[in-house]
Amino acid sequence: MSGQGQRLTVVPTVTMLGVMKARLVGATRGHALLKKKSDALTVQFRQILKNIVTAKEQMGDIMRASSFALTEAKYAAGENIKHVVLESVKSASVRVRARQENVAGVKLPKFEHFTDSASDTKNDLTGLARGGQQIQSCRAAHIKAIEVLVELASLQTSFLTLDEAIKTTNRRVNALENVVKPRLENTISYIKGELDELEREDFFRLKKIQGYKKREIERQLQEAKQFAEEQFAEKISLQKGISLNAAHNLLVLGTEKDEDIIF
Amino acid sequence: MAGRAQIPTNNSALIAMIADEDTVTGFLLAGVGNVDLRRKTNYLIVDSKTTVKAIEDAFKEFTSKEDIAIVLISQYVANMIRFLVDSYNKPVPAILEIPSKDHPYDPAHDSVLSRVRYLFSAESVASGRR
Repeated sequence: MSGQGQRLTVVPTVTMLGVMKARLVGATRGHALLKKKSDALTVQFRQILKNIVTAKEQMGDIMRASSFALTEAKYAAGENIKHVVLESVKSASVRVRARQENVAGVKLPKFEHFTDSASDTKNDLTGLARGGQQIQSCRAAHIKAIEVLVELASLQTSFLTLDEAIKTTNRRVNALENVVKPRLENTISYIKGELDELEREDFFRLKKIQGYKKREIERQLQEAKQFAEEQFAEKISLQKGISLNAAHNLLVLGTEKDEDIIF
Repeated sequence: MAGRAQIPTNNSALIAMIADEDTVTGFLLAGVGNVDLRRKTNYLIVDSKTTVKAIEDAFKEFTSKEDIAIVLISQYVANMIRFLVDSYNKPVPAILEIPSKDHPYDPAHDSVLSRVRYLFSAESVASGRR
């Protein structure tokens, strides 16, 4: 795993630990939400898939029917009917309206056809001489075909859009799960380890200082004791009329050879 | 987002066609055809004399026009410019492959259905049903 062993470069402090924990909570929540979104999209996706297959089958039937109706019309009205039709094209009476539908934050296009009544009358004279009824039925068949085709088109467009959206969502879910979350977890454990280390160091240092202080106090006590003893000795010798030091000096000096002393 | 293009909400869009003469005639009879001010039609009649280049140009023109929401294309015509149809991946206009009278419909060739099958091979959407 590429996300394993990686961590963010942060200063290991308690504040940073809090920040990282908050980020991990956020990442977990985002992951759960995105997963839900992905599931919702997949449900919709499968529904659309099913609809597409049935609509495609329906399209086959209806196109066959409309082709047959056209053949009938041709037979009844003569082969030159198509020239009349091709020449009389002006503006479209069957048009498509596009609107959006929102599924879990993904905008799906939805087409619906409608007839523009203003330019609806143009083919009225086609087949006036003969075959008018067949032409009208052929026209109705093709309008029905258009209905199915428009339906199919919106399904197909939704399919492509949803496909893309699901891919993006899944990529995000996986990125959160496999990269972001492990990295945050690693960072948190790293910070915790560092903090523990610091705490142990501090504890050791405190112990050391405590020992040092204890030794220092003992030493001072010892010195104070010694000093007190010395003081005591001084006092006693003073009472005897001679300082201990002086007596000591006398003794020391007495042992030395003095040239001036003849006897 | 990379692949998610904005979907225009158009109040009156057209349906374009690239098909053989009979199919086009039928849909023109239904009132799909449109001729704009420059005498440009929203359909292309493909017969034996139509070149692949002309079909390609028409396809590109129809898919880049803003007022076209759906492009109907006969499947045998789509097979001629299969590489263009397959590389097309925008949501709008939608490309719809339709069967024509003298060429039976083969769901295996449909670019969308083949993608469906590619994604869900376990469900056998396109191949198993027909």
